[in-house]
Amino acid sequence: MKAKEKILYSLLGIIAFSTFGMLIWILSYIFIKGIGNVDLIGLMPAIITTIYMVVIGLVIAVPIGMGTAIYLNEYAKPSKFVKGIRFSTECLAAVPSILFGLFGMMFFVTQLKLGYSILAGGLTVALMILPTVVKTTEEALKTVPLSYREGSLALGASKFSTIMKVVLPSAVPGILAGIVFSTGRIIGETAAIYLTAGMVFRVPGNVMESGRTLSVHLYMLAKEGISLEQAYGTAIVLLMVVLGLNLLTYVIGRKMKNGK
Amino acid sequence: MANKIIKARDLSFYYGDFKALKNINIDVVKNEVLAFIGPSGCGKSTFLRILNRMSDLVEGTKVEGSITYNEQDIFSMDPIELRKGVGMVFQKPNPFPMSIYDNIAYGPRMQGIKKKADLDAIVEDSLKKAAIWDEVKDKLKKNAISLSGGQQQRICIARSIAMNPEILLMDEPTSALDPISTLKIEDLINELKKQYTIVIVTHNMQQAARISDRTAFFLLGELVEVGPTDKLFDQPEDKRTEDYITGRFG
Repeated sequence: MKAKEKILYSLLGIIAFSTFGMLIWILSYIFIKGIGNVDLIGLMPAIITTIYMVVIGLVIAVPIGMGTAIYLNEYAKPSKFVKGIRFSTECLAAVPSILFGLFGMMFFVTQLKLGYSILAGGLTVALMILPTVVKTTEEALKTVPLSYREGSLALGASKFSTIMKVVLPSAVPGILAGIVFSTGRIIGETAAIYLTAGMVFRVPGNVMESGRTLSVHLYMLAKEGISLEQAYGTAIVLLMVVLGLNLLTYVIGRKMKNGK
Repeated sequence: MANKIIKARDLSFYYGDFKALKNINIDVVKNEVLAFIGPSGCGKSTFLRILNRMSDLVEGTKVEGSITYNEQDIFSMDPIELRKGVGMVFQKPNPFPMSIYDNIAYGPRMQGIKKKADLDAIVEDSLKKAAIWDEVKDKLKKNAISLSGGQQQRICIARSIAMNPEILLMDEPTSALDPISTLKIEDLINELKKQYTIVIVTHNMQQAARISDRTAFFLLGELVEVGPTDKLFDQPEDKRTEDYITGRFG
């Protein structure tokens, strides 16, 4: 009996370690291949375009997504309409990003005549991450105990100020986690952005210009066979940006949790 | 008995089809401590939560009969106004996950008090009245969640007091606390009744006997008997009350 337990225990250990090992393997492979080719100045256009894309995507999707989640979780009474919203949110989350790209190209680029632009790309990725923001915010709101809401209402607070001053602040860590995840999706997106923002490689003057994000750049470098070394270099920068963002949100989350 | 600030007349309350309270008639007198006792599910907490309309939070409920607070029908009042006059302390301490100071200042700030000096005064006064000022005065910036259960409950009482209510409703405020914290809360209630009217639901008959002026016994949604605490425990009028307080059931 004891021996069996030990075997199981070590087996699980090995499996767990191999997950960790795979991450290390991929990361070190990329680092070794690309560390000599990191050209931050050369990549500046792509880095700036990426930041534009993330900011536009979040500025649009986060308020709408949070509003939807607050409505669903705090105000809406169970009804067919609410069920419909939930169901369509889940469907939207399962739509492949290339379809968002196609829609963005037809609607934002052509119909609204935005052209291949950072704005069209930003609007497209906003649509793409919207269901994630709704879902994660709703989950975060659900974790806030009913007793906080009761405590606030019993003090004569309105429902609105209860949500703004007690419920939302308590849900911040969960909401932030959703935002980080969404940011990661925007940074990692190629297809939807390629189809809507194009791939002009220069520092964009404004959001109506076309631009190339880091991921699209990486895709171009690798696909066109321009330079694999540069592709690895770009990959390192991409990883750094993602890591940096994660750290930043972690710090913000901790600050907010410990009380301003 | 002058000064009846709450009057309930023929009050019935339904959860869906279930009649949880049956034709309750009771008054709350100014500056008394009124205790509600009875076995689980008898409706005592339900009734308490109707008094400041926290019962509104539950879907599918219905009220018949009337309750007045200072001669105003509470069901046609704005619940926000009602709750400013009728505060509530819950079974499980529920301080907000923010600093002790912000917890107490939450209500006053909502009423538009912004000056730091005014808020400081309210916070200090409320914490003193809740007998916890000495324990927390050096750590007002600390998160209230980090305090012990008994301290958290007194913070919640202070938070209610900061709104300067007329009535404090307490829903089994000590049932989640250890005996020493319970004693402190009971002492506090004795102190508070000089200024406030207190309606307390308790599971613990000794507690009702120790702290209340009058006691009401609920059973299966009915108010069986209400009277001076000494009398209710020594010479109950109703056989069911006697059975309950002598421990024959419940």
